[in-house]
Order: sequence, then C-alpha cells, then structure tokens
Amino acid sequence: MAVKTLTIDDQLISAREEQTVLEAAREAGISIPTLCELHGLGDIGACRLCLVEVTGIAKLQPACTTRVAEGMVVVTNSQRLQNYRRMIVELLFAERNHICAVCVANGHCELQDLGLAVGMDHVRYEYLSPQCQVDLSHERFGVDHNRCVLCMRCVRACDEIEGAHTWDVMGRGTASRVITDLKQPWGESQSCTSCGKCVLACPTGAIFRRGSTVSEMERDRWQLDFIVTAREKKQWII
Amino acid sequence: MSQRIVIDPVTRIEGHAKISIYLNDAGQVSDARFHVTEFRGFEKFCEGRPFWEMAGITARICGICPVSHLLTSAKAGDAIMSVRIPEAARKLRRMMNLAQIMQSHALSFFHLSSPDFLLGMDSDPARRNVFGLIASHPDLARAGIRLRQFGQNIIEMLGGRKIHPAWAVPGGVREALTEDDRSAIRSRFPEEIKTAMTAVGLFKQILKTHDTEARVFGNFPTLYMGLTNPEGKWEHYEGHLKFIDSSGNVVADNLDPARYAEFIGEAVESWSYLKFPYYKPWGYPGGAYRVGPLARLNICKFMGTPLADEELGQFRQMNPGAANGSFMYHYARLIEIIASLERIGRLVDDPDIMHTHPRASAGINQNIGVGVSEAPRGTLFHHYDVDDNGLIKKINLIIATGQNNLAMNGTVKQIAQHYITGPKIPEGVLNRLEAGIRCYDPCLSCSTHAAGMMPLQVQLLSPDGTLLDEARRN
Ligand code: SF4
Ligand code: FES
Repeated sequence: MAVKTLTIDDQLISAREEQTVLEAAREAGISIPTLCELHGLGDIGACRLCLVEVTGIAKLQPACTTRVAEGMVVVTNSQRLQNYRRMIVELLFAERNHICAVCVANGHCELQDLGLAVGMDHVRYEYLSPQCQVDLSHERFGVDHNRCVLCMRCVRACDEIEGAHTWDVMGRGTASRVITDLKQPWGESQSCTSCGKCVLACPTGAIFRRGSTVSEMERDRWQLDFIVTAREKKQWII
Repeated sequence: MSQRIVIDPVTRIEGHAKISIYLNDAGQVSDARFHVTEFRGFEKFCEGRPFWEMAGITARICGICPVSHLLTSAKAGDAIMSVRIPEAARKLRRMMNLAQIMQSHALSFFHLSSPDFLLGMDSDPARRNVFGLIASHPDLARAGIRLRQFGQNIIEMLGGRKIHPAWAVPGGVREALTEDDRSAIRSRFPEEIKTAMTAVGLFKQILKTHDTEARVFGNFPTLYMGLTNPEGKWEHYEGHLKFIDSSGNVVADNLDPARYAEFIGEAVESWSYLKFPYYKPWGYPGGAYRVGPLARLNICKFMGTPLADEELGQFRQMNPGAANGSFMYHYARLIEIIASLERIGRLVDDPDIMHTHPRASAGINQNIGVGVSEAPRGTLFHHYDVDDNGLIKKINLIIATGQNNLAMNGTVKQIAQHYITGPKIPEGVLNRLEAGIRCYDPCLSCSTHAAGMMPLQVQLLSPDGTLLDEARRN
C-alpha cells in the first residue's frame, strides 16, 4: 500500500494512494461540502460542490473523484470556491420548487444543510418554478420531482447495490427527470424490488415513505455503506 | 352629489380590508361594504400534493390559528383513511384546540379590543392599543398577556413549537404529552382562571357603559351555526352541526358536517375576495348565519363545566332566546376562555392521554375526506378530493370569517347609518366601524384563500342605481 504525501489547506497529510482528495481531507478533519457523493456509492463528480483548487492545474477539480498524488497542494476553502459553492446551491434551489417549511425532509435535508453551510441568505437567481409531478403509485414510497436535485444517488443505489437499475434519468438540462423503468409510474415498475435503498440514498425530500408528514423523513443512510462493506469485505460493522 | 368615503386599511384586525360607504343625495348612508382585497390562492396550489402534507401546508394559511387548520386537516385525513383515531390522540387534539381557542380569544380581547373599551372609543388613536393599555392598566394587560402565553405554551408542549406545529397528522398525533408537561400545565390553573374571571367581570361593567355599541354593533337577526354534541353541550372538535334562528328556535339539528354542501351554499360578489356562505334552504342572502363564539353559545344548551355554565346562565338572562348583537361576541369569547380552561383542567388529569400509541395508520380508503372543527372564530371546513393514490385533486376550505361575511357587512352598514350623517367621518366613528368589525375578530388571511382571479371593482352608485363612476383592477 503506497502512501502519498500532500498538502491540504496548509496541512501536511499522508494518504493511501487509492484515496480521493475528499477522503484524505475528511480523514484529516477537513470538511468539504458534497451532495452527489454518498459513502457506499460510486462517485460521479456531478454536483460540483466539492470543487477544490489544485496548484498547477488551472481548472478546479472535484475532490470526490480526484485521486491524491505525491506533493499535491490543495486549497478547499478559498473565497473563490466559497462564491462558486453558494452559486451552485442557489441554482439548485432556483431550479425546482423547494418549500422547506412544508417539506417531509425539513430538518433532515442535505440541500437545506448546504444552504446553511454556504451562507445562503437568499437566492439571487430567478426561480424557474417548473410544473413537476408527484408519483404516489408505489405502495410504500413516493417521489416528488419538485424536490429532486438530480444527484443520481437513487440511480446508483439501485444499480450498484440492489442491482435492479429501476431508476434512470431522462431528458436534458432543466427538463431532466429521474424515471422508473421506461418512465412507467413507479407502482407499475417491474424491476423495482421495493427494497427502499433509493429512499435511504435521497438527500432531499424527493423520495419519501408514503404517509410522511412535514419533517418526518429521517433516513439511516449509513445502512448503504454497511451493506457494501459487508458484501465486499465480509465485515458487518455498524 | 352622492359620495363615497373609503376607510383603508382597517387597523388591528388580522389581514387587510377596505370599507366603502355609500351616501345618498341627502348625505345619508344608503349602503356600506366591507371589502376584502387580499388574494391568496391556497386551494389552487394544494392540488397535486399528497393529502398527508395538507395539515402542514394549510396550517401555513394563518399564523394566528394554524392549530385549527392543522386539526381540521388531520380530521379530513382521518376520513380519507377511514380510521377511528386512538383515544389518546382524540383527547390530545381536543386539548390543543382548547388551548388554541383560549390563546386566540385572549389576543382578541386583551390585545386588540380592550383598548377601545378601557381607554375609550374617542381616545387618542396613537395610544389606543395594547401599549396604551399596559400604561393605564398594567396588571390587566400583564395578566392578559400571560393568559395568552399559557395557551401558546400548551400548544408548544404538545406540538413542539408555538406556531405551525406539525403535530396532528392523519390518523392521530405524533407524540403524547410528558409527565413534566402535565404538571407544568396544572400549576398555572389558579392564576389563569382568576384572570379569565376578572376579565368577564370587567366586561359586564363595560356593557353597562357601552349601551349604544351593544345596540348598533351588528344587532340584527341572522341564523347561528356551530358544532354541538348529542346532548346539546358546547362543542369545538366533533359532534354535529346545528342551526338556530334569531329567537333561539332550532332550524336544523343533527346535521352531518361531512354533508355540508347540502345545506351551505357559497355566494360570490365581484367586490370582495371573501366568499359569502349562506344556509341553502333559506337562500341568499336571507340564509345569512353567524359562526364563532356568539353562535356556539347561542346554539348550545349548556357548557358542561361549572364556572362556564354559571356565566352562560347570566349571558342567557341578558339575551333571552339568542344574543343578536355582535358586541356580545366579546362576552361569548370570555366565557369560552373559562370553558376552555376548565376543560383543559379535566383533560390534563385524564389517564387516556398518556398512552404511547397515539397514531393509527391506513391507506387510502375513501376518495373524499371532510374535516370539520370549531376554530376560535367559528366552524372550519376542509374538504379534500383525492385520487386512489392520495394525491389531492380538489380542495375546498370554508373559513369562519367567510361565514360571518354577511353579518360583518350588515354591521358596517348599521354602524355607518347610526353615526354618519354627512360627508365627514370623525375619528371616533371611524374607530367604531373598525371596532364593529373587530367584534368578529376576523382573520382575513385565512378567509381569502380561495382560488380564481376576481377583478377588483369599485363602483359609485346613485340612489336610483345608475353607475356614477367605476374603477377596475384586473
Ligand atoms: S430523487 Fe433524490 S436521490 Fe434521486 S436524483 Fe433526485 S434528489 Fe437524487
Ligand atoms: S460531491 Fe463531488 S461532485 Fe458532487
């Protein structure tokens, strides 16, 4: 196991070579905001919240998909990064209809937490206020597209861990939507095993248990990592 | 030349409103209207949402009586699920509703209306408010503030927060009360009962010096409607609907609240966003009825608790048959505060409320759910049509203030006719008009939830009905 030495925010850190900058930073107690990343799922670098500055590379790099390298110098929290992060979070809020006060995930929502973390006191962009559907056809769960941020955690949890690949994404840009099977109502999906892993994965109130009322959607997200570790390492660690 | 005098906006009521007074050639008031120009549209944006969310969403209609919407919505949800909720949940919901009635009435009497009575209708308007009251009657003001706070504390203990508690849910409630909360509630009773009794005594004194107000503040015959239990006891959360006439005769009894559409019609006028509900068999506007504290006391046979029953006896003596003057709303409100306190006192010692399973679960077993309860201001209806998955297809809300709309207009007209004889309105009269409306403690943010764009129209009419002038906003 080769070890790499790098600098993150002026801190000298050693990390295993297969680790990402995000993992190395976390181990060193440096927190970087994330959204599409979830322990137990493969990383796709989609949300861009974890962007960091790497000396010698002009473009910003997503910490969740960038491997550590010997002598790397990383900055995670410059003013420029803070500005971008706030912008990203504001754009997420402006893109769909996130009404925290009446949301099932209020108080347990990663998007809401991010809003706080980046100091979003208001949204500077015009709200798109799209017409989005709520699909309650599944007997145990529901999906409300008003609250989806297209992080694809549900897609990956279903594909990588459960192996059903019920979820996918259709459309482009702001018209993108997560779908079940070939855009069937969720309740009619033949591939869905009703395992509920997508419910565990979803960071917002988009996927929820039927019958949930305001603020009731709490999730045991660690269970996904637990299953993956158990499967891959034969270790059952809670 | 006919003239129109506009008072805009009316102060110290919840929400916004406008009054137009129509004068005839002789300079006398021929008509007066109470316009509601606020537009909200709740009914529209609830469409397409899961019905479980309705309690949380509709509670946001109002920051003054969110609990009423919460409970009524949860009841509509119970109906969709076809469940009989656990006894603990039923009693806890009742307790929260009583706390809500108490705190809202305390706000209406102590903070909003008593400055008029105690500082005088003609006193300086800059001082005629709760701050003026604190300066002139510090003990009373402090006691009133504490009484309201007690109601809010109970709501907070049950719901986890003072405003917008997301606690009542279809099927029951989320959490029961703790033992600590019970003792905290018990310890406040002696003080709060004393405050309520002082206030009711004070109001009886006020009545003696406010004879004109009692006579001309909405003193006319209408029907009265409210919930009552099978024995005719004062009710606020369940039971059936009853209508009586202005002499106290029963017009209809044992009406199933869920079938409200069979006996309540909703008229619309181009000059207000507030709908005009009426008793269908009597037509519009002949079927005008009043709801709220006055109506609940008029229709019930007894209150069911000793102190409140004693006060009801005196109230009846003063108003044989039925109380028809809206000034009596204040009196009725104070009696309801006493009743609520006494009933909370009983509930808090009821072992049923400590059960730890206060929530039933079920799927969608009915496509229609109607929830009805008594909000502080009167009977509140939530009607949801859902699809087989539980998504709202259509909702209809009938709000207390709306049901008092016809009576509020009548009150404005009666006061204007009594006090105005020319084109000028002295300050004292202006305040009397507002005070007349405040009898109903109207909450306009609630009642203008209705959907559909209605253009605002202002008309100036001559005595023979020809249009002299018109202003429109589309
Ligand atoms: S439904 Fe939830 S998990 Fe799936 S993409 Fe949307 S926000 Fe992410
Ligand atoms: S967390 Fe790295 S891009 Fe989303």
